[in-house]
Amino acid sequence: MTEFLQQLLNGISLGAIFALIALGYTMVYGVLRFINFAHSDIFMVGAYAGYYMGRFVPEHTFWGGLAALFVAMAVCALLGVIIERLAYRPLRSSPTLNVLITAIGVSLLLENLGQHFFGAAPRPFPELFPATTFQVGGVYFSSNQLVVISVTLVLLLALRFIVMNTKIGTAMRALSLNRQAASLVGINNDLVISFTFALGSALAAAGGILYALNYPSIDPLMGVLPGLKAFVAAVLGGIGNIPGAALGGLLLGVVETFVNGSEYSTYKDAIAFALLILILLFRPAGLLGRFTKEKV
Amino acid sequence: MKTHVLFRALVVSALILSYGFAPARSAAEPIVIGEYASLTGKEAGFGQTSHQGVVLALEEINAAGGVLGRPLELAYEDNQTKSGESATVAKKLISRNKVIALIGEISSGRSLEAAPIAQLAHIPMIAPAATNPKVTQTGNYIFRVCFIDSFQGAALARFARNDLKVKNVAVLSSVSNAYSLGLAKYFKEIFLASGGAISTEKNFSEGDKDFRAQLTAVKAAGVDAVFVPGYYTEAALIVRQARELGLTMPFFGGDGWEDEQLLKIGGDALNGCFYSTHFSAENTDPAVAQFVVRYRARWQGEIPGAFSALGYDAVNVLANALKRAGTTDSAKLRDALAATKDFPGVTGVTTINPERNASKAATIIALKDGRARFYKTVAP
Repeated sequence: MTEFLQQLLNGISLGAIFALIALGYTMVYGVLRFINFAHSDIFMVGAYAGYYMGRFVPEHTFWGGLAALFVAMAVCALLGVIIERLAYRPLRSSPTLNVLITAIGVSLLLENLGQHFFGAAPRPFPELFPATTFQVGGVYFSSNQLVVISVTLVLLLALRFIVMNTKIGTAMRALSLNRQAASLVGINNDLVISFTFALGSALAAAGGILYALNYPSIDPLMGVLPGLKAFVAAVLGGIGNIPGAALGGLLLGVVETFVNGSEYSTYKDAIAFALLILILLFRPAGLLGRFTKEKV
Repeated sequence: MKTHVLFRALVVSALILSYGFAPARSAAEPIVIGEYASLTGKEAGFGQTSHQGVVLALEEINAAGGVLGRPLELAYEDNQTKSGESATVAKKLISRNKVIALIGEISSGRSLEAAPIAQLAHIPMIAPAATNPKVTQTGNYIFRVCFIDSFQGAALARFARNDLKVKNVAVLSSVSNAYSLGLAKYFKEIFLASGGAISTEKNFSEGDKDFRAQLTAVKAAGVDAVFVPGYYTEAALIVRQARELGLTMPFFGGDGWEDEQLLKIGGDALNGCFYSTHFSAENTDPAVAQFVVRYRARWQGEIPGAFSALGYDAVNVLANALKRAGTTDSAKLRDALAATKDFPGVTGVTTINPERNASKAATIIALKDGRARFYKTVAP
């Protein structure tokens, strides 16, 4: 039983990270109807921003960790806006395929620039938050896992608040329903889209730092596999659906952890992608998604 | 007027062309040796340290007059720790740089990629630290100057039974790594034969960051120690996460753990852990002590590790074979390498046996107080 609970905890903390990254994918898809493949590399840039911030803030302090988190989120929000401005906005009226290919290009660019500037060798991530372990009835938690779960919850609630209760959130939802109508009612599309990217990128940066806190070895290609799995999580929950992304992330994290702890641990990555295929075959809109019928 | 211009043009072109036909300069033509290593990427530590050992050896040989009256020149390539790259760069070194021998690699997997290429081209290849037996089984042009995993696995199994005195272990190996699987296999054979038990075996892949699931299962199995025959990047994370999950038993591994990044990433979590390797800078042998001094003088005070020492020995074994062969002809060089006997290397006395492996002692390193300390030597 303790093993089951421990694995469940491990799964939830892994799933929380997938959920944070999946939120970025899902928001951009919801508003712009395209998958931002460069998202996983913004996650990597966030982790590196945290690494460099770690040189200015003392280790093992809450305020130091939070400062690093905020700075990384700000840096990545800015990066997200710049990428959108330079790479995606000029292609807004082009077919979606062109933008998708550009997104892949931006992803490769970020990865290779990262290898060039940061060097391809893995680096140890500093311990930004005070790290202790405690146990509750045989189940061990690391304080970093708790930080991950609490920061994810806070960010999820903040996101929900922004999307449901603010003007810009309403504008985002309007844009996701119908872009032209939104501009007709006076919404500044460019501003809202930039804001969506900034928000998604900030979440990716938070995901990067939380991931690096738990697995303290960062390298420029660290975003590839978690990014792919987060994308699977977003599709699993219903792409374009915010609670869906969170659910998908948690589910994927838990399933992957249980598979990893069993005799079939070699197949853990395969399971994630097999899940994707199954969902697309049997419930293509995802668990919480609904098919929006195109009205002619 | 025109003939005058034509005449001048002819003289000028004759002068220019004559440069090409000028007799060779008086300097002797260098002997080109190739090296392929993981200088960047995930296991950059392996490649960089062995490369530094190779360069030091080359500089010392050249300062003493070179080999056969000719200086040694190094043509080296980076395989970026990527699979498949080693084959490409080995081909390049052989066909474009026309190397007479190839030094590489530390990783068994990557050595196995380049070995068939060297064998086909009949270029002798010396692996400084690839320990999987299959590397030299590729062909008679492939050599190594280190011990092989059948010895390392057995040494670790005996260490676990006799020194750590554990009966029950778990094995956590990397499923996508030839070295890891080979070492695990040899360890298991001897450990089980000597009365030990392996309660559980778990896997992970190269590049994985999260091992909590496997470690939770290991914890539930209740073992006395955990064997992790992997590379330092994963080993450090595994032990850290193990300590966070409340696993306090010793973890131990093979020479893949050897790198300064191990302690940088693992930190104090590694206290009480052990690993086997080929060399220790704390060895009191005067040859080793002098090597350490020269290495530190050349590389800004850095203390040499096993792979620097092995890279250094590989080049010296090659130079020694070249001297004995008296020529760079590949067949004669191969035979001279195969006949290497009692060569005094800094990693021990090296004799190349009929399987083209070296029979060397293993050094067990203990991790204490955040540092790697020499623990004991295990003779072959």
